[in-house]
Amino acid sequence: MAKWTYSDKVKDHFMNPRNILREDNEADFHGIGLTGNIKCGDEMMVYIKVNPDKLTITDCKWRTYGCASAIASTSILSEMVIGMTLDQAYAITAKDILKELDGLPDNKVHCSVLGDKALRAAIDDYYGKNGMEDRIRTKGAKIVCECMQVTDEDIEHAVLDGVRSFSELQDMTKIGTGCGECHENAQSVMSEYIQKHFGL
Amino acid sequence: MEHRTVYFDNNATTPLHPGVKEALIEGLEIFGNPSSMHGFGREAREKIEEAREKVASFIGAEADEILFVGSGSEANNTVLSLLHCDSTRCFCALSGRSGLVTTVIEHPCVLNTARDLGRKNHAVTYLSVDKYGRIDLEELRRAVTDKVGMVSIMMANNEIGTIQDIKAAARIAHEGGALFHTDAVQAVGKIPVDVRDLDVDFLTISAHKLYGPKGIGALYVKKGSPYCPLILGGHQENGRRAGTENSLGIIGLGKAVELRALEMEEEEKRLLELKNILKDGIAKAIPDTLFMGHPEHCLPGTLSVSFVGAEGEAILLYLDLAGIAVSTGSACASGSLDPSHVIMATGVPVENAHGSVRISLGRENTLDDVQYMLHHLPPIIDRIRTMSTAYRRR
Ligand SMILES: Cc1ncc(COP(=O)(O)O)c(C=O)c1O
Ligand code: FES
Repeated sequence: MAKWTYSDKVKDHFMNPRNILREDNEADFHGIGLTGNIKCGDEMMVYIKVNPDKLTITDCKWRTYGCASAIASTSILSEMVIGMTLDQAYAITAKDILKELDGLPDNKVHCSVLGDKALRAAIDDYYGKNGMEDRIRTKGAKIVCECMQVTDEDIEHAVLDGVRSFSELQDMTKIGTGCGECHENAQSVMSEYIQKHFGL
Repeated sequence: MEHRTVYFDNNATTPLHPGVKEALIEGLEIFGNPSSMHGFGREAREKIEEAREKVASFIGAEADEILFVGSGSEANNTVLSLLHCDSTRCFCALSGRSGLVTTVIEHPCVLNTARDLGRKNHAVTYLSVDKYGRIDLEELRRAVTDKVGMVSIMMANNEIGTIQDIKAAARIAHEGGALFHTDAVQAVGKIPVDVRDLDVDFLTISAHKLYGPKGIGALYVKKGSPYCPLILGGHQENGRRAGTENSLGIIGLGKAVELRALEMEEEEKRLLELKNILKDGIAKAIPDTLFMGHPEHCLPGTLSVSFVGAEGEAILLYLDLAGIAVSTGSACASGSLDPSHVIMATGVPVENAHGSVRISLGRENTLDDVQYMLHHLPPIIDRIRTMSTAYRRR
């Protein structure tokens, strides 16, 4: 048989996914994060248990609707974060997940982007439930693109990084590459930030 | 159950019929240029004309109404290109009628060509389809205005198997003064096709969908129809398609239709039975499934089904690990982020489109294959749903 499209690591996690949340025992978890949306083809839910003294993650479970790379990236993420402090886990990026997976095909990279966002959402959820709202970094950020989970803050940062056109913004954030429903709004949010920061 | 490999992707392409393989191996000896007048050339010419006869008789045409082309895609491109012929090198001008009417569920080789025409300021109308994937003939009638030069409607859809009423559609096109083309790539070799009965002007065939080789197709052009070549050059195919003939491919196509003529009727009956066993088995073993395509006007071996809460690429790859080959309309597997345009056009929710799987049976499939599938598919769907955010057991 010819070679698989994916790395052996991805194949392994796809064939034997780790840490799936099997029962409906969501209540046992301290933080839950949901990202993506089935309409766009990927949806991920991450559940964490936290040691309140050390602020470390003691358990991480998940559910994912999506393709092989979405399943594998949530699975590997769940292994990576157990034992980490919340700060360390918060800092995980899509790149870190990609590295652990030994890479993904280009058109699949967005799947790993969702994993780290779901994790941050779970950590934020924990902070919110435990009186640590001040630590929520995405607080106030509004999601502009549901499919790719891009917020207005992401757009602002992109503009500050020099993005001026919608196609540049798409290259950087993948915004609007799912169902496409957010295009108009995304463009106007981008224009607002360009106006705000550069008066153009 | 013992591991086996099961090929359930016959709408994507088919394995060579052993008889075709034999003919191809023999055909490898024939190398002469069919345009040459010497013995080598004449031998090749003879084989090509034999194949032309076979293709013509298979669809009820005359031999000189068949021309060989490089693929189904090329045949479709050739026909649509008539719409921008400016009559400077032929006499095929469609008297100012440059509009096209087609459907939203065509194969990309028609859809993208239609979009290109649209960009070049041709008026293009895309007919919608109902939940089974059928067009509305009244909508077609309204669309064929006096600006429309061509109507192009596929006979059978590659993804959901739905078969259109081509005879009625062709009549409506003609009543409106337009030419009629049908992309019959998925139909020829699976269901009876008779160009005289259907009264179409153009019809597209591709060899690799009917157990022939890849990279060879045929275009039926009704005698007297306007025609203008897409590929210019030598005088091959009576000046209608330049390029030294792919004699080997043509021999393969000829043999493939010859064998289809003998085997199709019995075999398709058998495939329909197998499909129904598969469909009933899936419906019984797996809750929350949605079958797509027309319940009656559907290719015998095509089954399109969607599983709530399970994404198509994951299904495809788990099946692949079990040795079973299918295809999916999921965005993830297509390399784009959009799910199948065909399934979306039938109005099913987008999450169903992401979870759709096409099972297309062919002549090599057996009851054992179907049972092997029914053994593996339910646990795979169950497994995917267990880890899915989008599925809750009732
Ligand atoms: C309906 C339909 N039309 C056209 C084609 C293109 O045929 P070919 O692969 O010979 O270019 C296909 C095959 O993919 C098809 O299914
Ligand atoms: S919301 Fe679907 S692409 Fe942005």
